[in-house]
Amino acid sequence: MIATSPTTRPLLQVKDLCVDYLTDRGPVRAVDRVSLDLAKGEFLGIVGESGCGKSTLLFAIARLLSAPAEISAGEIWFDGRDMISMDEDELRHLRWSDYSVVMQSAMNALNPVMTVAEQLADAIRAHVRMPERKLRARSEELLKVVGIDPVHLRSYPHQLSGGMRQRAMIAMALALTPDLVIMDEPTSALDVVAQRSLMLKIKQLQREFGFATIFVTHDMSLVSHFSDRLAVMYAGQVVEIGETRQVFAEPKHPYTVGLMRSFPSIRGALQPLAGIPGSPPDLARPPSGCRFHPRCPQKFARCPGEEPDLYARDQALVRCFLFDDR
Amino acid sequence: MIADLPTREPGQELLRTVGLTKHFRLGGFLSTRYLHGVDDIDLVIHEDEIVALVGESGSGKSTIARLIARVYRPTGGDILHHGRSVNRLQSRREVLEYRGRVPMVFQDPYGSLSPVYRVSHGIMRALKLHRTDLSKRGRQEEAERLLEAVGLVPARDFLGKYPYQLSGGQRQRIGFAQALACRPELILADEPVSMLDVSVRIGVLNLMASLRRRERISFLYITHDIASARYVADRLVVMYAGQVAESGPVEDVLAHPKHPYTQLLLSAVPDPRAPISLPSTSEVQEPPRVVNPAEGCRFRARCPYAIEQCSRVTPRLRQLRPDHLAACHVATNELEPAYMEGRESLR
Repeated sequence: MIATSPTTRPLLQVKDLCVDYLTDRGPVRAVDRVSLDLAKGEFLGIVGESGCGKSTLLFAIARLLSAPAEISAGEIWFDGRDMISMDEDELRHLRWSDYSVVMQSAMNALNPVMTVAEQLADAIRAHVRMPERKLRARSEELLKVVGIDPVHLRSYPHQLSGGMRQRAMIAMALALTPDLVIMDEPTSALDVVAQRSLMLKIKQLQREFGFATIFVTHDMSLVSHFSDRLAVMYAGQVVEIGETRQVFAEPKHPYTVGLMRSFPSIRGALQPLAGIPGSPPDLARPPSGCRFHPRCPQKFARCPGEEPDLYARDQALVRCFLFDDR
Repeated sequence: MIADLPTREPGQELLRTVGLTKHFRLGGFLSTRYLHGVDDIDLVIHEDEIVALVGESGSGKSTIARLIARVYRPTGGDILHHGRSVNRLQSRREVLEYRGRVPMVFQDPYGSLSPVYRVSHGIMRALKLHRTDLSKRGRQEEAERLLEAVGLVPARDFLGKYPYQLSGGQRQRIGFAQALACRPELILADEPVSMLDVSVRIGVLNLMASLRRRERISFLYITHDIASARYVADRLVVMYAGQVAESGPVEDVLAHPKHPYTQLLLSAVPDPRAPISLPSTSEVQEPPRVVNPAEGCRFRARCPYAIEQCSRVTPRLRQLRPDHLAACHVATNELEPAYMEGRESLR
């Protein structure tokens, strides 16, 4: 795929992945034919509104989906291994050591009755045997890496602030130096100042350890300075993917353009903004043709009847007939 | 503020808080530990004005809204509505009257509408309670007019719907319609867009701007998002740890932030339109919980400019530019945002 070097095999390859939620009224497709490549050490941002399938996609990649959701089609290759055919036992070997997940709410992801030290040790011991003293030293080192005073090894989650809990989660995620860290809105519960400092920390750690990151967020501006590539999702599909700076400088899909015009800035002249009329569709009854056409200011005759593919344009892929050169 | 009217003279004073203070007792009723929710707040809201109250969670901004709405009784200080003390309102009629003039719109549009009632229920109740002059027919017409005013058309269809049939943005518009039903002068909007999807937020902000323009309603807009505050508000009030750190006309505060906390806050706002440059450090401490505080500036532990005086004397708000105040010993008329300097490029 575009913007990854052709000579090296990508760390993660997702091909035409589909995820369905099985409901009484039939399957609801939450992720629809998503394809992504991720190179070693790359930072991929995925943005979209609530219900666009971005978290479901992450859970599918991490093989954390549970009923009623299931992967109904597609492939996931991680470091040359077929993730979809793996059973729980094989996955357990990969989790924490090859890839790890940082959840949206650390308060719910951390165990409230275990200290930080116990939880760190738990994750490490599941994969490597380590003498108690070494384990202790490793835990202290990990907390220092994410900027938490090691005295907090003895703390329980409720004794930490929101920002510190998220940092502790990240320390756990890095404990076994995985190649891939998957993050689901890890900063959404934080204030802007704490959010900024956590993003800087993640970027700094990524440079230091060289892991690849998939970072899901609803806040496009948050990843603007951090991700290498950016994928924009709408109604279960990737509608635009390209280099982050280019997507911001020249958004192509009308939905991306609309998103860019949806948040005011603290800099420059103040302009009236319109947002995007209407609201995201119900995935149980997605619109015909292009899923964005009912809200699209640039729709034309072709849009309601036919489903657009991803078309290449200036290093980016765009799911919109405006970019179909045929 | 988006330029809807070129130069607007502020209207008459509508609501004023004088030394408004709220302390919460921690622990049992014999406890002597008090959490200082808000301390000594002087806030003025004029007619036809949007004031944005900005700060981190825990800074006391929602506490102020709840004090003004009479959800909490203040520990000290007073609220003056057209010069009359709100604390001294006694009769049910007076309290109802005040609540109608100053209603609240809540953060969570999914939790603030009862799922078992149609949209018409909440609006009709407000009309019955606050608009006793209207006949049954008049109420029906007024309800339709209100829904049109908040952009829900055709109004008749929306009146018959249940909340589950509405999107988040539409629900929040119902919240505004319910507030409008009381014929308000001032709407207390507590994070009204933070739970909405990015693409529909701006529509609700535009609604606030148009209600001010067309219905002459003032707003106290509570948010943690400075950019949205700039978009709708005339004046900005920045809170830190229960106190006002800085206040002034929005554009003046953004162009010349005087308080080091305001400077920190502005430097943290993610902005794709800004050049790629990031501060070299990610070590930022977090705001304190204010329990039985001693004298001194509450920001001093995080402040790069703290001097000896900051740990002894609590800074008072001082006027540093026209109509622009900051509570800082170090801030001067000349101090320019030093947080903006000393950055290094990441790429």
